Amino acid sequence: MQDDTAFRQETRTWLAANCPASMRSYMPVGETCSGGRHFQFISDDQKVWMQRMAERGWTAPTWPTEYGGGGLTKQHAKILHDELNAITARSPLTSMGLSMIGPALLEFGSEELKQQHLPAIVRGDIRWCQGYSEPNAGSDLAGLQAKAEDRGDHFIVNGQKVWTTYADKADWMFCLVRTDLNSAKHSGISLVLFDMTTPGVSARPILLISGSSPFCETFLDDVRVEKNQVVGDINAGWSIAKYLLTHEREMIGGIGSTTAQKTVGARAIDAVGLREGRLADEILRGEVADWEIDFMSHQLTTERVRDESTSSSLGNASAMLKLYGTELNKRRCELLLALEGLDAMRWDESSEARLWLRSKGNSIEGGTSEIQLNIIAKRILGLG
Amino acid sequence: MMKLVLDNEERMVRDSAELFLTDTAGPSLLREVRDSGNPLGYAEPLWQQMIDLGWPGILVPEEFDGLGFSQVAMGQIMEQAGMSLASSPLFSTAVLGATALTFAGNQQQKTEFLPKIAAGDLTFALAVDETARHNADHIRTVANKTDQGYSLTGSKCFVVNGQSADMLIVAARTSGSDTDKNGISLFIIASESAGIESVTTSMMDSRPVATIHLKNVHADESQRLGALDQGGATLAHLLTVANVHLTAELLGISGECFKRTLAYLKDRKQFGVAIGSFQALQHRAALLWVEIELCKSGVIKALRALDAEDKDAALLASAIKVKACKTAELATNEAIQMHGGIGMTDAFDVGFFIKRARVAQMLFGDCRYHLNKFAEYSGY
Repeated sequence: MQDDTAFRQETRTWLAANCPASMRSYMPVGETCSGGRHFQFISDDQKVWMQRMAERGWTAPTWPTEYGGGGLTKQHAKILHDELNAITARSPLTSMGLSMIGPALLEFGSEELKQQHLPAIVRGDIRWCQGYSEPNAGSDLAGLQAKAEDRGDHFIVNGQKVWTTYADKADWMFCLVRTDLNSAKHSGISLVLFDMTTPGVSARPILLISGSSPFCETFLDDVRVEKNQVVGDINAGWSIAKYLLTHEREMIGGIGSTTAQKTVGARAIDAVGLREGRLADEILRGEVADWEIDFMSHQLTTERVRDESTSSSLGNASAMLKLYGTELNKRRCELLLALEGLDAMRWDESSEARLWLRSKGNSIEGGTSEIQLNIIAKRILGLG
Repeated sequence: MMKLVLDNEERMVRDSAELFLTDTAGPSLLREVRDSGNPLGYAEPLWQQMIDLGWPGILVPEEFDGLGFSQVAMGQIMEQAGMSLASSPLFSTAVLGATALTFAGNQQQKTEFLPKIAAGDLTFALAVDETARHNADHIRTVANKTDQGYSLTGSKCFVVNGQSADMLIVAARTSGSDTDKNGISLFIIASESAGIESVTTSMMDSRPVATIHLKNVHADESQRLGALDQGGATLAHLLTVANVHLTAELLGISGECFKRTLAYLKDRKQFGVAIGSFQALQHRAALLWVEIELCKSGVIKALRALDAEDKDAALLASAIKVKACKTAELATNEAIQMHGGIGMTDAFDVGFFIKRARVAQMLFGDCRYHLNKFAEYSGY
């Protein structure tokens, strides 16, 4: 294997030559590259940047090269991450394919499913959404009722999903359905994949308090799903669902993000200014420093948990990182609102208030903070 | 690249420290020290065994007969010392004394003192504070130039192990006004020197400290540690190292309090069930566990930064002191609350942990002091 120094040098050189200048800046809200059949790139640079990174497999640095990934070791992936941060490079592609269904397929998928889906995820060709929650299955996810009837070589799926992120923009869905109505709650669930253009699939965006509609209600009426699109064994979907939830927690917890952000400290200086080298508002100064320290602690913990982990999944530790990361992000948004003052509360497209309002969902989606505390108490601390 | 996990040597040090201190120290030993009115504040046999294990020489380079281990390794011992409440001259001698000499000593001073530190023949204490709330920039003790060297006059308070140490490292002003950052010099002074009066103060953590009055205490040129007027930089480095190791101790205290509390939650029954089955307590325990995990990451990062001579070591030290202080405050307070009435009794050990935690938090700057420092280092 190539040594770290040589890899770092080569990476730096390649990034210098291949990362377009306009992709080396803090990413404004709404400029995330999500990929997919219908994705509107904000610029040619954004498209080129995604494609160049995808060609090297660096949109999925640690995935095996046979599925289009970068084939990097954890150590080299970390170096790549550092080098991207060093030039404030924007994430070339951020998607549920990369962060969720991809890792699940690598772990549980058949060779056929891996070949079919993984390279398209790496290239940013196909955008995925997640069919998990239902109107009556939120925190109690295993209570889901969408049912799949066995019709020999395929299933017919009926039910309703909710909080489906960008179902209206996604190309494929990975979806939890009940394949055995007679077994116990956690048994009888399967994870199935289908194209969103399949007849019977319809999505309706939900308008949030932030004024945006990142989530949808998704209706499934007699949707045909081929049996070869079941991930893992039929009726054994719950363990894959739990595995996927850990990835979701890592993603929402802000882990694995390659997008550099301007620090709260730097934004505070811009907003309220310095007086004799200190932030002009002393109380705010303390709050900003306090937040920065907690943020640093969270980042270091992510790093430490990764260093300690022997697999790609962080397991139960993801409950901690999700819990803390989302609470931190809510605090961050409250601080930024305070920094900008009434400016932040103007109701226009780039308003800080929209991000702040959106952040309230962080500690709900992917398992509420209270569910994370339950997981820690029961699975890690052994409190019954 | 710096990994935030222990390597084999560090793990070995940690394991042996855990084995030894769990066996030998523990709150019962500190209780014995307290109840017997031991003026040293530590059990001499414990210190002797630490010497036999080579601990005073952990940070002393091999060329001066030490073990030359990493700061991370030393930090593992400090963490275990926190868990077992082990009181000894280890921090003041093996961390502060050894670091001061290694960092700022000239060849002659190193040759003279470091082997003796490593062998456990000489103990040190750092005499820096002059105020109850730490303020490293405030130094009024003066060292006036004389024909034969220097004459030191002033008072130092809350000197850890100051009542028992053989040698003192004294921060004194050789120029400038009381709060100038420049103009500070460090001196190595034997605690028996003429003109020194040491008054022992009892502290709530059962580890007495000394107020040291210096009146025309003589020091030769050869006793000056580091360049004249430039002691501020050495002092800053020493305080960074000191604070990082205090965070390791605080992490140990937090972890031990949590361990004991968790065991109690599983053991104690009310309303016919273990109180740990109540969600109100489960969530509090889970939150505390998370804070301790976060603290753990910062401690090892800061220790690694010391070993790497990272330019951000001081910023990291302040950041993690904030985190460690808050975590220890939470962990000790929660330990009492979740133990209920028994946690308030002297017969129960939790009290020893909360008392030591607060002293270690305040020593060399509490979370407020370091929050301010962190903001300064961050440019705001």
